[in-house]
Amino acid sequence: MKNSRRLLSLPKAPDRRGHFGIYGGRYVSETLMPALIELEKAYAEVRRDRSFRAEFRRYLRDYAGRETPLYFAERLTRRLGGARIYLKREDLCHTGAHKINNTLGQVLLALRMRKRRIIAETGAGQHGVATATVAARFGLECEIFMGKEDVERQALNVFRMKLLGAKVKVVESGSQTLKDAMNEALRDWVTYVRTTYYLIGSVAGPHPYPMMVRDFQSVIGREVKKQLWARDRRLPDYLVACVGGGSNSMGLFYPFLRYKAVKMVGVEAAGLGLKSGRHAASISGGEVGVLHGSKSYLLQDRLGQVRYAHSIAAGLDYPGVGPELSYLRDRGRVRFVSATDREAVDALQVLAEIEGIIPALESAHAVAAVIRLAPRLKKSQTIVINLSGRGDKDMSTVGEYLGVKL
Amino acid sequence: MNRIDKKFAALKKQRKTALIPFVTAGDPDLGTTLEILRALERGGADMIELGVPFSDPMADGPTIQRASERALEKGASLPRILEMVRKFRRESEIPLILFGYYNPFLRYGLKRFTAEAKAAGVDGVLCVDLPPEESGELKRWTDARGLDTIFLLAPTSDIGRIRLVARRGRGFIYYVSVTGVTGARRSLENHLRARVRRVRRETSLPVGVGFGISTPRQAAWIASFADAAVVGSALIGTMERARARREKVAQAGRFVTRLKRAMERVSKKVIR
Repeated sequence: MKNSRRLLSLPKAPDRRGHFGIYGGRYVSETLMPALIELEKAYAEVRRDRSFRAEFRRYLRDYAGRETPLYFAERLTRRLGGARIYLKREDLCHTGAHKINNTLGQVLLALRMRKRRIIAETGAGQHGVATATVAARFGLECEIFMGKEDVERQALNVFRMKLLGAKVKVVESGSQTLKDAMNEALRDWVTYVRTTYYLIGSVAGPHPYPMMVRDFQSVIGREVKKQLWARDRRLPDYLVACVGGGSNSMGLFYPFLRYKAVKMVGVEAAGLGLKSGRHAASISGGEVGVLHGSKSYLLQDRLGQVRYAHSIAAGLDYPGVGPELSYLRDRGRVRFVSATDREAVDALQVLAEIEGIIPALESAHAVAAVIRLAPRLKKSQTIVINLSGRGDKDMSTVGEYLGVKL
Repeated sequence: MNRIDKKFAALKKQRKTALIPFVTAGDPDLGTTLEILRALERGGADMIELGVPFSDPMADGPTIQRASERALEKGASLPRILEMVRKFRRESEIPLILFGYYNPFLRYGLKRFTAEAKAAGVDGVLCVDLPPEESGELKRWTDARGLDTIFLLAPTSDIGRIRLVARRGRGFIYYVSVTGVTGARRSLENHLRARVRRVRRETSLPVGVGFGISTPRQAAWIASFADAAVVGSALIGTMERARARREKVAQAGRFVTRLKRAMERVSKKVIR
């Protein structure tokens, strides 16, 4: 059965003040408000500007290496014995993950705003590398904030950023991971706000970041739509993506939101298990709160203090989630499941062994969810997994987890 | 008129500027904070800002970050802080302002928080990460209970935002002296006076200045043109350097007295 192209009517989100229903908004100190309003205006201009869009498209093609393939994972499909599984190969992008889509877009915007200094936070280091890369390409000064724990587990990416000419600021406060890197980046921005562009790497943070990052990443979903249509003349039945902050999932989901037949699954990191309390599943295991400029689901204690997240995948190790995902979950448009550290490592091994593709540990969470999902579906159905990054950066982590000394 | 308004009105008659020390509640523990509050008042504080610690203090520099960490480690929380305020209120009429981040208040429940804060004797609330645009939910409750919601203005705020804060703010306007996080600064910007004057033209609310003030000299300069000077990191730094609990309390009192004396020597000129 060809699935239908019936359309849902969705309210326009975000609204003028950056709210997705009750989520999103702008919860920042006054010093940053004018900068966010300036950014919002600048973005509204380039969004309509054909020359900007053409330039962005050109860099995505010639520099980032788009479009990325939509690959039919034949052996994985056969092994699971259910739905047909496609992998959107964002791991083949320049710098090894989807992050470059967004950093290209935002750096082009920063240039138009005449900001010559770029700062960014990073967890796994993928966003840091993508930012440092594009900053190098355009000759901009670049500083990356990274938690001490992440610096240790992602030594390779730290070295890459330095080679690319970026300064890496090691953040030693709090949990020494992504959330603390973001705190420190915000402190830097509030100090040098007049000259500095803060390049947020996820669909999180204050308005307009969640909307803007989603727009820059939605090239992923638009390509999938075109590619699958060209190939099978159909829409996918399921879209599956891992969710930390949520940029790769929003990028894949967004162009399909209107199509009723397309089901969407966000996979959060269950770490050592949702019941262990040591996880990073903000939606499945958190409550509504405000952190880093927006209202969304948040891992927090009874008193509103933010809890430490845990995941084997540094890129998912974040206690918050993009506000639009919270909104889509409440509307029932996106379903959320989770995968543990163990399931992610298992899935990484499966994909490596039978498809010859080593996914990033983040993306392996999506693969893990599909390993559970696919056998329950019909052979005529189609799943698209966003393979958001490649696993090279994770080799020492996986080695250690499996008890192998590298 | 609540305690904040009364205090500003009294100071205005004397052409004096309020000294508002900031301390993080629960650093090093809530019992000591209670004693520190007493010492601050005896030392000459006109009002007190009481910091509610948060796990992710994005607007704060290293000194207040450390204070928040120490307070959280010792179990400081909103209900316990309010309990301490209630005790202090039995013996003092000094205006008290809670200063913090939005999430702990939101999580506690804004209705419940504002009711309990008012009953405990809190006079105003300032959330660093809550600009007027997002303040509707909180203001609904603070307005209903007669608590002041205080907003910040910064060097980056344009005239539109100054007017917005002038419209929404209660109690006073907190002008952030520098672009940056909290923390002592060696020098303050020269055009601060002109900027405060620009804010004054748009409002009848008192205008206080904070962030970066650390020495008696700086406080005296602020006193020559603003309605309040807020001093936080420098005070916390002084207490950090003192080892024993009693010594911390004594240092806090002495520090405030030094600043207050310097401020008393100047007479404020309000230029509009």
